[in-house]
Amino acid sequence: MGYIIGQNIIRKEAFNKVTGTAKYTDDFIATGIYHADLLVSPYAHAKIISIDISAAASAKGVKKIITGNDINVLCGPLIDDKPPLAKEKVRYHGEPVVMVVADCEQNAKAAVAKIKVNFQPLPVVNSVSDALKENAVLIHENLQQYKKNVSDVYPETGSNVCGHVKIRKGDLQKGWQESELTIESNFTLPQSDHAAMETRAAQCQIMPNGRVIVCSSTQAPFSVKEQINKTFQVPIEDIDVNVLFVGGGFGGKAAVQLEILAYIAAKAVDGHTVKIASSREKDMITTPCKIGLEAKIKIGAKKNGKIIVAEMHYNVDCGGYADIAPRIAKAIAVDCAGPYNIENISCDALSVYTNHPVATSFRGFGHTSLSFCIERMMDKLGAALNIDPIEIRMINALTEGCYSPTQVKVTLSNTGNFGECLNKLKTLINWHEGQRIVESNHLIRAKGVGCFVKTSDSPTNAISGVLLTFNSDGSINLNCGAVEIGPGMKTTAAQILAEKLKMDIGRIQVKMEVDTQTSPVHWKTVASMTTYMVGRAVISAAEDLIRQLLNGAATILRCTPEDLEIAEEKIFLKTDQKIYLTFKDIVHGFQYQNGNSIVGQIMGRGNFIMNQLSYLDKETGEGKAGPYWTPGAQAVEIEYDTIQHTYRILKAATVVDAGKVLNPKTVKGILMGGMCMGLGLGTSESFIYDAEGIVQNTSFRTYKMMRYGETPDYLIDYVETPQLDAPYGSRGLAEHGIIGIPAALANAISLAAGIDVTKLPITPEQIWQQKEGVRQ
Amino acid sequence: MLAFKDKSIISLNINGDNVTVMVNPSYTLLHVLRENLGLTGTKPGCENGDCGSCTVLVDGWPIKSCLMLAVEAIGHQVITVEGLKNAPIQRSFVENWGFQCGYCTSGFLMVCHALKNIHPDADDFIIEQWLQSNLCRCTGYGEIKDAVKAVLENKI
Repeated sequence: MGYIIGQNIIRKEAFNKVTGTAKYTDDFIATGIYHADLLVSPYAHAKIISIDISAAASAKGVKKIITGNDINVLCGPLIDDKPPLAKEKVRYHGEPVVMVVADCEQNAKAAVAKIKVNFQPLPVVNSVSDALKENAVLIHENLQQYKKNVSDVYPETGSNVCGHVKIRKGDLQKGWQESELTIESNFTLPQSDHAAMETRAAQCQIMPNGRVIVCSSTQAPFSVKEQINKTFQVPIEDIDVNVLFVGGGFGGKAAVQLEILAYIAAKAVDGHTVKIASSREKDMITTPCKIGLEAKIKIGAKKNGKIIVAEMHYNVDCGGYADIAPRIAKAIAVDCAGPYNIENISCDALSVYTNHPVATSFRGFGHTSLSFCIERMMDKLGAALNIDPIEIRMINALTEGCYSPTQVKVTLSNTGNFGECLNKLKTLINWHEGQRIVESNHLIRAKGVGCFVKTSDSPTNAISGVLLTFNSDGSINLNCGAVEIGPGMKTTAAQILAEKLKMDIGRIQVKMEVDTQTSPVHWKTVASMTTYMVGRAVISAAEDLIRQLLNGAATILRCTPEDLEIAEEKIFLKTDQKIYLTFKDIVHGFQYQNGNSIVGQIMGRGNFIMNQLSYLDKETGEGKAGPYWTPGAQAVEIEYDTIQHTYRILKAATVVDAGKVLNPKTVKGILMGGMCMGLGLGTSESFIYDAEGIVQNTSFRTYKMMRYGETPDYLIDYVETPQLDAPYGSRGLAEHGIIGIPAALANAISLAAGIDVTKLPITPEQIWQQKEGVRQ
Repeated sequence: MLAFKDKSIISLNINGDNVTVMVNPSYTLLHVLRENLGLTGTKPGCENGDCGSCTVLVDGWPIKSCLMLAVEAIGHQVITVEGLKNAPIQRSFVENWGFQCGYCTSGFLMVCHALKNIHPDADDFIIEQWLQSNLCRCTGYGEIKDAVKAVLENKI
């Protein structure tokens, strides 16, 4: 260990990205291809009375117009509840209704403008609480008739609930009896957007021999393949999905939508290549966004600060269709108590249909939302008992030997050392100077804390694989099915291989593109699992190579494989390093002086499959949802103006138990990016609906994200408790920078302004309203 | 005043080369760079002037190419990321980890490159004024700050 692990390695594709030569899906410019554009619903809930395409059909360049009535399929990853184009009614603002295929983008758009759809508005379900009311309007009247694609999703007939996950741990009644105080609170978090800088795009061609060639900006090419297969009964071997660089994903490109539409479009024009690329406005509402949440949490504790019991209701706003939201609700349930040990828990996590845009996975997979609720509760508990916020977290910290809400035993390897993260955070943000400091007669400096644990919530059989081939000079090609969406995972894979073979990383070439025909299957590039899954497959493939290299070299050097060692592209005798073969001598076959040859081409195969994971019990939630947790503690320091109710963010800090930091600058960058995004959620990012469920802010002019100069000083530190089954001990952390930040900000503002923040984002108006409300 | 109607053949100066393209008068410079000239290093992000991903230099000044018609670029020198040719800012972005997914990078590079040329002594306030035009969703802007400062301080 220590050959290259822990060093700053510049990403392999770096110079391609600073010269504009790195290609993304929509950079495929070709003449003669067709373009598709969508007419989307201007209503959140409405009946489609009629569609008049006559004027559009004869418009310039139009090749085909497709409506929901032309397609008799329903699709979805968990529940088949979604027509690719709306049929009979629309369920959210922005839902695709009609697709036009034309010879160029301009003509497609012009034709869309000529389509007339007659809608009859229906009552709108504009919030989770509306959706859960007795006699609520049903968004899916035929919920019970939908086909489920997995066994462990439980829609509730006659309601708007498309999934229900239950956690029952310990004895609730006993917990309440032993409690000396209870704290209860409700929380509301809005939907928001991924806002990856590259909008989603897909194209499809169907070859005369039946092959379906898709190119897409996706995090999940193998899911695209499966969903096209499942939805249209195209043989799976005929579907090939290609992915170039992806311009940011954040979970939003793990959902499959445009690929289905591109297939439908290509099929309608005899297989001709059709491209569909979202405008920014459609990327925000037509394609999936982040969940909203309404939660109600009640905790009971002893006067010493120890939480005894918790009763929690997390209701996820999944929008008009289920997509992956029931899995997000599951992830929330699995980690419902945050990084704290609570013996007695009842948690119900519902995924609820509303007439909002469809939600899918988003960085943190529900954990940012659940963390907001739990971390506000921790501060409220601390305040009620006059216990310091970090101390109250320390008292309840998840430690070795505890059991998670789903009753998995916590070890240092599988959960790291959360307490140590808190300790380091104290130093990092200078906690001892005080949490609330009055700077002048109207400026207050305040610090808030927010913490997390997160596991993968992957399928129990998620797989990954790696193929290694040699070039004739002994350099290696690495091929895996993970998509390079930004965090530099392909470079990390090369780094793990270089460490294992003790060779120069410059001599390892990584295939950046994914092609499902030739790349080994990788579940999805999500859940901060890539380094773990691909890394394990890399090590397994390297061991396969090493075995072949040693066996081959042993014959040639007339010794046993055990006598040999590998480093710097050489296989040498342990006892005499001057006796060796180079990779170059052997990897494409060794040739003796008389021409005889042996060994042949050496190739490495490595694979990984999740082990020991299980489904959650339907009634108690008992089960193992991920291979490990990554814990961390975060803080935000603000300066609050008591007159204006404005605030500046001075510092954002993260301490994460990384297990082992493989590539320090890359890891730091990912954590800073996560913190920045978390501050966006905390300060401004949210979909704003009118009374009819119409999203009001569908552009970057009105949907505000953090810009240069608005960000704080970032402070980062690590705990390194090795995860025993991970590559070089390293835990996943690509999502984690975001998770505790909105909570930390809310805690800082609550303290500084003397208010109780239970909603995001936190605007000066919101603070002012709460302050004025108190006065009245 | 220039007037264009229907498809027209125009000459543009892109990255030092005079090129002739056939355009509709409504085509944006962004569209022509990508679709007519294959210069896909310039990225569409919002096509509304909000994100800066499509920034190019026009006579040395950063311009959002989604907000400029191609015909407006006649008689001006346009530089895209493909025309930077080993500018210090490119190496600085690499060495300072100034990007992750790389999609917004071309736009940031163009703004930073122009800033260095126009305001070689830019202070934090000027840097902020200039770089607020662009959005990055992967980094938290910390590494971009390092990258632009390294170039301004002639450390690259």
